[in-house]
Amino acid sequence: MPAQGSSSPATAEPASYRWGGARISQPALRASQAAGPTASGFTRLELNGVTKTYPARGRRPALDVISDASLLVSSGEFVSLIGPSGCGKSTLLNIVSGLEEPTSGVVALDGDPRAPRLGLVAHMHQRDLLLPWRTVLGNAVLGLELRHVAATEARARALALIARFGLDGFEDAYPAHLSGGMRQRVALLRTMLPQQDLIVLDEPFGALDAITRSGLQEWLGDVLETDRRTTLLVTHDVDEALLMSDRIYVMSKRPGSTVQSLQVPLARPRTREALSDPRVIDLRRQLMGLLAGKPGVVEA
Amino acid sequence: MPGRGRALAELAAGWLPAAGLGLGALMVWEAAVRIFDVPRWLLPPPSRILWEIFTTAELLGRHTWITVQEVLIGFCLATSVGVVLAVLLAYSRALERSLYPYVIASQTVPIIAIAPLLLVWVGPGQASKVIIVALISFFPIVVNVVDGLRSADSEMIAMFRTLGASKRQIFQKLQVPSALPYFLSGLKVAAVVAVIGAVIGEWVGARGGLGWLMRISAPQFQTSRVFAAIFILSALGICLFLLVGALEKVALRHYPNSDR
Ligand SMILES: Nc1ncnc2c1ncn2[C@@H]1O[C@H](COP(=O)(O)OP(=O)(O)O)[C@@H](O)[C@H]1O
Ligand SMILES: [Mg+2]
Repeated sequence: MPAQGSSSPATAEPASYRWGGARISQPALRASQAAGPTASGFTRLELNGVTKTYPARGRRPALDVISDASLLVSSGEFVSLIGPSGCGKSTLLNIVSGLEEPTSGVVALDGDPRAPRLGLVAHMHQRDLLLPWRTVLGNAVLGLELRHVAATEARARALALIARFGLDGFEDAYPAHLSGGMRQRVALLRTMLPQQDLIVLDEPFGALDAITRSGLQEWLGDVLETDRRTTLLVTHDVDEALLMSDRIYVMSKRPGSTVQSLQVPLARPRTREALSDPRVIDLRRQLMGLLAGKPGVVEA
Repeated sequence: MPGRGRALAELAAGWLPAAGLGLGALMVWEAAVRIFDVPRWLLPPPSRILWEIFTTAELLGRHTWITVQEVLIGFCLATSVGVVLAVLLAYSRALERSLYPYVIASQTVPIIAIAPLLLVWVGPGQASKVIIVALISFFPIVVNVVDGLRSADSEMIAMFRTLGASKRQIFQKLQVPSALPYFLSGLKVAAVVAVIGAVIGEWVGARGGLGWLMRISAPQFQTSRVFAAIFILSALGICLFLLVGALEKVALRHYPNSDR
């Protein structure tokens, strides 16, 4: 049910729709819009030697969460970051989206380490964070509303995508009446509607059952194929990373550092059959070895 | 409509135990007074109190109206002052540190001690009673709204910030709706104590109202009238409570766990 064919009508959306009329309130946002996206429209993300230490507070000692993270996500690329739980993946995404600043190191958008990030990087959190007092549509338009997009236009833009997100007929339903998979799709719709170039996803399907999850993985692959963004996905699911990414970074245990990057040598979007491709099987073995912290196992 | 019928049945089932208990207690009271032949000026039977309510309906009605006015005006005053104060306290750490201790201290001073002073300052008219009602009922509103405004989920705030929200937008679209259930809980407590405040105010000094009527009637051994006033006062408190409860039900119908 959730997997929509790539033949869905939204595929034919005009390219200009990406830049459609988001009025942005804050000076920082306006300045960076004026600085403009790259010619391709996608933003390149670069992290260099990023560290993060939470200072001691009260009885809790200082905590090194990230010791050395360096990664590159090229324009339009889909990159996954995989690592054991607690290794600082969510913290890294918070840094990328500007919620937090690194203790040291560089975060650059399109090569600019001083580019503002907060409000310009779409960030989907682990929890769906839907507002219980708003309907599906009300939740979906939140990002546009905060940017002062006129209510009728915001609604129209959300309704244009609602079928593709498998939510038609549920526009006026409240989150309490939705399944986990639907809630996650509403959250994703809310994240994607403001049309930001760079999108970071924090284990978006982590809390779902296996069947719902695999359906949504293929569906998200299709959505991002027709509506390309530069994407950084955090996951602890090796198959999810293999199914969706151009490239996969492996992170070590806390304090996390990026230990290796592996290229997935297949075109996107992929179906689950890709997972039985011999090259992918080999990759999975390498990933498992790296995650188990046994670099000696890695071939190639 | 079967739906409405079932809703009514459920409502009845919810109220039946309380109504039954009350009725039972009244019957025991009635029986005890008759069997032990207790004098009326000491403890009148419920039937006598009911009789009192019907025969002096005009008098009781006049004084009830005075009390109701004091309660409603004071309650509205408490709500507006309480909400504004809570917003200020939640908005600024400095204000919270300097002001909140005094808000709490204001509740440690017994109202019964302040009431005679108010009488001296603003006279025995309506104003002194309204102020006492407001003083006693603004506290649960302030405390609840402050807690409510702070209750907003920190991850939700982070989500708003990644969507480019300003502080003001986070306040309007996240903190205020998050505080709504807290506000309504505070309102329910405030509604009940507001009635108590009005009676204390009238007791200390007034020209009318149920509290005043009780004070006048007790020394004349018009005990039935005192009880009649007590019955009306508790009915008043219950009505206000239920009114806020109904408001709560409508306002929170889409909040999780709101099918109370
Ligand atoms: N604001 C914070 N203050 C202190 N410690 C934190 C904070 N946020 C996260 N941590 C700690 O940092 C570590 C990494 O957390 P997180 O980035 O959520 O890991 P992951 O997403 O990889 O599971 C955890 O041990 C967590 O307790
Ligand atoms: Mg995490």
